[in-house]
Amino acid sequence: MMAAWLHPALLLGLGALPLAVLQGRARQVWQLALPALVLLSVIGIESGTRVSLEMAGLELVPLRADGLSLVFAYIFALVLFIGNIFALKVDDGAQHVAAALYAAAALGAVFAGDLVTLYIFWEIMVVASVWLIWRRQNRTAYEAGFRYLIVHALGGMLLFAGVIAYYLTTGSLAFEPLQDGGMAFYLILIAFLINAAAPPLHAWLPDAYPEATVTGTVFLSAFTTKTAVYVLARGFPGTELLVWLGVGMTLYGVTYAFLVNDIRRLLAYHIISQVGYMVAGVGIGTQLAISGTAAHAFTHILYKALLLMGAGAVLQMTGRSKLTELGGLYRTMPVTFLLYMVGGLSISAFPLFSGFVSKTIIVEAAAVDGRGIIFLLMMLAGVGTFLSTTLKLPYFTFLGPDSGLRPPEAPLNMRVAMGIAALLCFAIGIMPGLLYAILPYAIDYNAYTASHLLKEMQLLLFTGLAFFLLVRFLGGKDKLSLDFDWFYRVAGKRLMLAVRDMISEANQDIRREFMRAFGRLEKAACELRLSGWPVRSWAIGSMALWTAVVLAILLVFGLGG
Amino acid sequence: MNITEIMPFIVLIPLLAGPVCVLLPGRGLPWLLATISASAAFILAALTLGSVFEGETLRYAFGDWPPPIGIEYRVDAANAFVALLITGVAAILLPWAKPLVDEEIPERQGSFYALFLIALAGLLGITLTGDVFNVFVFLEISSLATYGLIAHGKDRRALLAAFRYLIMGTVGATFLLIGIAFIYILTGSLNMVDLAERLPALGDSRALQVGLGFIVVGLAIKLALFPLHHWLPNAYTYAPTLITTFLAATATKVALYVMLRFIFDVFGPQYSFTALPLAAVFMALAIAGMFAGSWMAIFQRNIKRMLAYSSVAQVGYMVLGVSLLSLAGLTAAFLHLFNHGLMKAALFASVGLIAYQAGSLRIDDLRGIGRQMPWTLTAFALAGVSLIGVPPTAGFISKWYLIGAAVEADQLWLVALILITSLMALIYIARIVEVAWLQPRPDDAPAVNEASWLLLLPVWILVAANFYFGLDTRLTVGAASAAAQALTGGALEGLLP
Repeated sequence: MMAAWLHPALLLGLGALPLAVLQGRARQVWQLALPALVLLSVIGIESGTRVSLEMAGLELVPLRADGLSLVFAYIFALVLFIGNIFALKVDDGAQHVAAALYAAAALGAVFAGDLVTLYIFWEIMVVASVWLIWRRQNRTAYEAGFRYLIVHALGGMLLFAGVIAYYLTTGSLAFEPLQDGGMAFYLILIAFLINAAAPPLHAWLPDAYPEATVTGTVFLSAFTTKTAVYVLARGFPGTELLVWLGVGMTLYGVTYAFLVNDIRRLLAYHIISQVGYMVAGVGIGTQLAISGTAAHAFTHILYKALLLMGAGAVLQMTGRSKLTELGGLYRTMPVTFLLYMVGGLSISAFPLFSGFVSKTIIVEAAAVDGRGIIFLLMMLAGVGTFLSTTLKLPYFTFLGPDSGLRPPEAPLNMRVAMGIAALLCFAIGIMPGLLYAILPYAIDYNAYTASHLLKEMQLLLFTGLAFFLLVRFLGGKDKLSLDFDWFYRVAGKRLMLAVRDMISEANQDIRREFMRAFGRLEKAACELRLSGWPVRSWAIGSMALWTAVVLAILLVFGLGG
Repeated sequence: MNITEIMPFIVLIPLLAGPVCVLLPGRGLPWLLATISASAAFILAALTLGSVFEGETLRYAFGDWPPPIGIEYRVDAANAFVALLITGVAAILLPWAKPLVDEEIPERQGSFYALFLIALAGLLGITLTGDVFNVFVFLEISSLATYGLIAHGKDRRALLAAFRYLIMGTVGATFLLIGIAFIYILTGSLNMVDLAERLPALGDSRALQVGLGFIVVGLAIKLALFPLHHWLPNAYTYAPTLITTFLAATATKVALYVMLRFIFDVFGPQYSFTALPLAAVFMALAIAGMFAGSWMAIFQRNIKRMLAYSSVAQVGYMVLGVSLLSLAGLTAAFLHLFNHGLMKAALFASVGLIAYQAGSLRIDDLRGIGRQMPWTLTAFALAGVSLIGVPPTAGFISKWYLIGAAVEADQLWLVALILITSLMALIYIARIVEVAWLQPRPDDAPAVNEASWLLLLPVWILVAANFYFGLDTRLTVGAASAAAQALTGGALEGLLP
């Protein structure tokens, strides 16, 4: 049992600081001990715990633990542990500190019982996570990180404005389901959706995640979008808009995943797709759907971490991450290949693997709720997921046409990390009761009924068949797929420069016209007194001009009115 | 001695110490005297604020000549708050700046510190006085001293910057004088309280309107309200480090305060905002300033100049708060006045250390310097975080109240504009962080050492203050709302159409 004042986020945040200075073996020990401690402290929190304090006249609730927040807290602590095993050999203190602070902020966000606390952790999350991208230390990563920072700063500010509006309209800061309508509702919703990477606000995710460091992507995939799922489930359950948005995300992610060539970008698009299921689950809003969302977030974090660790291991060992440049790696990286496949089978909801026991809850919830179209579209997205993550990516990376690469197997710590994640995926798949026991609402759901199995297997087997028939058309193409990020990458920059030029031109025109009358006098004075500084004297003239303009405006409008 | 009798010494101590300073030889003594007198003034200002926090007004008549005939000092929460900021910044900066001043002004430091003290006394005099002509006199005193201080900059361009500021400052002061002359002719009085009683009787006088216009525009120049800000970037860029830091934290704030004093106290908001379209003009100029300042800051190549343009944008926030014409907006303006002083002091001070150690302020020359001066650049980044308005910093509190005021006034589009300009602040701060930390140090760049801890400590105290006032807002928010309350007397309701 932990003391009430020792918030897990505080423990982790303070514990992160020594990572900056520790070296060698000592750092590795602390890297493993710290997440373990945090995991213990999270497990020690009982459902219903609530700590509140009074600050600056506001009642803040830094710790509010209930079924929903605890599921997310467990998995966050768990994935931090696994991710740190994966990153054990990385000799870069900044990355470890950033990862730990990032996880601490994510924990703080899911435990936040009021909107101000949530906002504060929300911002810390952004500031900490961007270093996981920047520490890749190349130009592309820097620019992608900067765009990531800007998008999330914008989201944070929307959240901030929303929180203020909420406080002014309701007089309360408690983080409970929000009432429909009103500015606060939409501001906060949009801020959450930016973090959930819902199109068209998603472009930051496939833009930035593939550019992050090998180990950083694992953390990134776990925390930001899943925190967003949590806050949506907390604040917006049953919002109809989210159902359609979520289904749209599942299909959008799958479609774009099909078009890209970079393995980590492909997996990043699948994050959008999988988060789509969760968002749709939140939108359906029944107890079954919310539980399904939490369960799917739990399993998703595990198998997505596993997949990204697999892709990261390939990138680490070969230095390449494009489908067109890889192939035939199973010869020398069999363990990585097999573990990756566990993740692949999990994400495609293959029976006996974790995705099957969680995704089907959401699909079932849609069916129970009488939403036929939603149900069908979700099934369709499942096909696409299987096709690209489980068949196409491993085929062209590990099997398929031989690229001639013969990298050694991934280091032991990476294999151990992947092994643990794979083991958990498998364990949840065969013993779903373990997962169902910690869900926010007790559910009466059995994944292994004949109809579920039959339905899922039919889909997957036919998809598999189709893949092997059409495999030669499906290879990655070495090209760029343009997504919404074009707007802020290129159009934004052009707009900024154009506006700047326009303004300076207009300013100069006005000044020139006005000054022409005084030209001669001005020139004589310049040459006489300030020869050598003609440029500056113009500016003094324009300063005086503006003074006169402001006075004139005030008086003309004041006296005329 | 009660507090009313020692209150005038806030101004008198630096004013009297200044001339003594000129006579002191060497480098140590003038500095010591300046530091001691600034600290003494700081303590007195803190005591004064403590005694007016609950809404009292202290009045002290000079030479026992009763106002409105004599000059009186009149202190309420509004000016005590500003005086605390000015003296506090001076008291922290002076001990810190000694090595920097030694390097930048190797000779005749006596006159330098004397000018500094006189500028300080001038700013404090503007703040505390209850007499409009006295405002003009102190404004000229502080301005003349400031021109001299800016001209002390090492770069020869400092001379021209000072000259440009001199022209603009004189235009501003002249406008103020013309305005004061108008109201003096109309009423025959110069005392603020007395004027506040007499002016309403004049009713719809054209002369009074014109007088108000001149006063507002004259002070808007000193305030660097867009588009009257052109003097500011060069003056801040080329002045000695101590002066830039001090002016950025205090000078524009004093001008804002005294403008508010005229608008709200002397003329009364009822008159000011109906006689001239002040609310609309302020809002338009504030927004233009927020955008233009941030925009220019993004494109600067000199880090000091970048911060100077950022100041233009920040002044926009304060004036925006005023233009909302509500108690909440005015509170936000006062709060930002104080908080912005804190963040800009921290930012300019850390930039001063960079200049001192690396000898260059061009952003291109700062590549990879984060590794060589980690503590300085971390301080810069943290103060920048406050400037952007991320919790838990003082800047966050400012934004919180400003956005709250905009929402309360039902001006939601303003919220969007505030957020966009905050993003622009993020861009120019993150750009420095990127250059300093993420770019490699060029091979031919000179090696740079971290500043000594004696220089770092005050900078970090300022950074810590930014975080402290982001968490404990009792002093700042309390004083700001008391200040807003004191200026308006709660007479703002029903002003907006």
